[in-house]
Amino acid sequence: MTATTTNPVISVNGATKSFGAVRALAGVDFTVHPGECVGLVGHNGAGKSTLVSILNGGLTPDEGTIALNGQPAVRYSIAQARATGLRCVFQELSLCPNLTVTENTRVAHRGLRGFGWRRRARALIRNKLDDIFPGHGIDVNQAIASFTIAERQMVEIATAFTDAGTGLSLVILDEPTSSLDAGLASQLLAYIGRFTAAGGAIVLISHILGEILSASTRIVVMKDGKVVADRPATGFTIDSLVGAMGSVVRTREGRGAASAATGTPVLSRPARGQAGRAFRVFPGELVGLAGLGGHGQTDMLVDLYMGETNAWLPRRAAAVAFVAGDRAEDGNFPLWSILRNMTLTLLPQLTRLGLVDGTRESQIATDWRQRIEVRTKDMSNPILSLSGGNQQKVLFARALASNAAVVLMDDPMRGVDIGTKQEVYAMLRAEAQKGRTFVWYSTEMDEVCQCDRVYVFREGAIVAELAGAGITEDSILAASFAEAAA
Amino acid sequence: MKLLTPDRLRLLVPALSLAVLLGAVFWLQPRTMSYTGLNLLFNLAVPIALATIAQMFVMMVNDLDLSMGTFVSFVACITATWVQSDPLLGYGALALCIAAYSAIGVVIYVRQLPAIVVTLGMSFVWGGLAVLLLPAPGGSAPDWIRAMMTAKPPFVPMAIVASVLIAAVTHWLVMRSSLGVLLRGVGGNEKTVRRAGWSVLRARAIAYALAGVFAVLAGMTLVGLTTSADANIALRYTLLSIAGVILGGGEFIGGRVSPIGAVIGALTLTLAASFLSFLKISPDWQIGAQGMILIIVLAVRLALNRREQRGARP
Repeated sequence: MTATTTNPVISVNGATKSFGAVRALAGVDFTVHPGECVGLVGHNGAGKSTLVSILNGGLTPDEGTIALNGQPAVRYSIAQARATGLRCVFQELSLCPNLTVTENTRVAHRGLRGFGWRRRARALIRNKLDDIFPGHGIDVNQAIASFTIAERQMVEIATAFTDAGTGLSLVILDEPTSSLDAGLASQLLAYIGRFTAAGGAIVLISHILGEILSASTRIVVMKDGKVVADRPATGFTIDSLVGAMGSVVRTREGRGAASAATGTPVLSRPARGQAGRAFRVFPGELVGLAGLGGHGQTDMLVDLYMGETNAWLPRRAAAVAFVAGDRAEDGNFPLWSILRNMTLTLLPQLTRLGLVDGTRESQIATDWRQRIEVRTKDMSNPILSLSGGNQQKVLFARALASNAAVVLMDDPMRGVDIGTKQEVYAMLRAEAQKGRTFVWYSTEMDEVCQCDRVYVFREGAIVAELAGAGITEDSILAASFAEAAA
Repeated sequence: MKLLTPDRLRLLVPALSLAVLLGAVFWLQPRTMSYTGLNLLFNLAVPIALATIAQMFVMMVNDLDLSMGTFVSFVACITATWVQSDPLLGYGALALCIAAYSAIGVVIYVRQLPAIVVTLGMSFVWGGLAVLLLPAPGGSAPDWIRAMMTAKPPFVPMAIVASVLIAAVTHWLVMRSSLGVLLRGVGGNEKTVRRAGWSVLRARAIAYALAGVFAVLAGMTLVGLTTSADANIALRYTLLSIAGVILGGGEFIGGRVSPIGAVIGALTLTLAASFLSFLKISPDWQIGAQGMILIIVLAVRLALNRREQRGARP
């Protein structure tokens, strides 16, 4: 951007942020001037969400400074951000479902209190809804719980743009159109144009590149926690944008000869949506599910798992095994030992007359401990004594030790160090060679590139199928981002 | 605007069940259809309604208070002894009780403890303190409370006036005031409230302090009715108050509460006991029968909720 005479609304200098071993931001400079609409794009884990959290005061950067209107900010917080007129519309809907539209407006604004607050709040939100989405048909006296997802999103956007006297300088919109249809989305984009023309600033995050290109004045591309491009929007095309998000070409360590996708599929699902493709997995394959996070990959895995299991009568030999991504939430039994955590799926086979055969259990555990190299002295230590990567290995062993023919994996390598990853990749390839089938959802490019075949998801449907040498970062990125609103 | 919004529908079930029960009681015992009769029917409902409102404030922020019964008993003991003998000490102790409630709310939030465990522990503390203060039943009610609870306003009995007053004040506080909206917001989506720059800690402290205030009022009015206190006087209030909130259209999580509903729920529970007595059901069976009434009302509500949900997702 050329030098502007006005001070930037907010500027971040050299911000870094790490979560444990994962470096989410590696020195980011980011500035927004009044009257600008900055498009922010990047693939999963590029650091967009972390940057947004730092902008709105939710996270404090490990290093780096933040300045508001040219003045350095000390102890920057959510309250301070809001006082400066900074608002945020989050990707996951964040309204109180038990409150009405009017009452949610009140929660968003400190100033709405005292006598007649309800009348003022009602007028404020009603006018803003009329302004952004003419003909919306939303009754502001109704509780949020009774609205559809699209209506909730409209309310959330309109709430962010209301001003109850504190001023409004910058609105961050994180995937604002994900639940809106084309008509509503264009109403929003038109409003963004009017808002910036009046001197307001916008940061727009969207997976629909057409939207970014048409609405933004400037586009910032992030990758691996860094800003890799920052140019006026006129300098980009859809192709160059996808190119900027991709990286230097990595050497692909795939299995080379992709197994022929023939024979009868082990699992299959019909196509969903208009442009959707059917899903099929063949024996001995390593199939990847790619695309931006939260576009239906986990739903697909859960659907596949539920289809093969019975909630009422467990089978003696499980046909599918599941490796959960969120270890703490869905994977570990935090109070149990490593051994117990590992042999969980095997219990039906280890049970005789209702009792667990302890000798065989520890035998199997010792065997797997050597095979996957769990770094512990004693398998009876609690699972939490292991590092994250080793905990994950135990969960892999739990799935692999069973005789399940299919293993479903829900982004299992989150927060795992690179060394462990390499070990697990090798393990997966060896198991696939033996005829076991893997369905692997991953948000990381180099993991997806390990697969024989990749399905790319967008908005709950499979939009592309890539195989063998066709699995490249560019092709996955191009399929993950829609060119225009559907 | 729709005439039958989900919120109104939610209030309709408890209101109808109260009306049905009241009709049944009038039919069984027509003499209750009088000033004195109504007062006798609903007299004991006043402290229960206050305790239910107190429980509602805790449930509004997604917690559950299992110490309500022992706390109200303890307050009753203070009211019957210290408030009588040494007003300064008595009222000071009551104020401390409210502060303690607020502090419990803070501890639960800051330490991320399950409210059920903390309040269950506190119930033994309150119970122990009550026994220390009043080892044997006794004490006497302060005159002004006694006078207030036995007042005979024209046309409408005190019990009804008090119930309407409690419902009106708490409805304004919880449903209409801007503070109430914020507190319900904490129950609905704590993250949103935090992201909007509010202190969730402060909001929860306020919710617990309000619970303390209404629980103290429950204990004081109870002594006003019974004229003396006992360390175990209100033990059943814990479950009665939870049942009252649920019966009145509230839910365990999600910040969905209704103060008017809660008061109606408390009245319904009190009336159910009288109804069963009039039916000449032996006291051995009464608790079970009361449970049956609860199950029937909740089943009706569940059916209505299902319909409501189907309507929301066409």
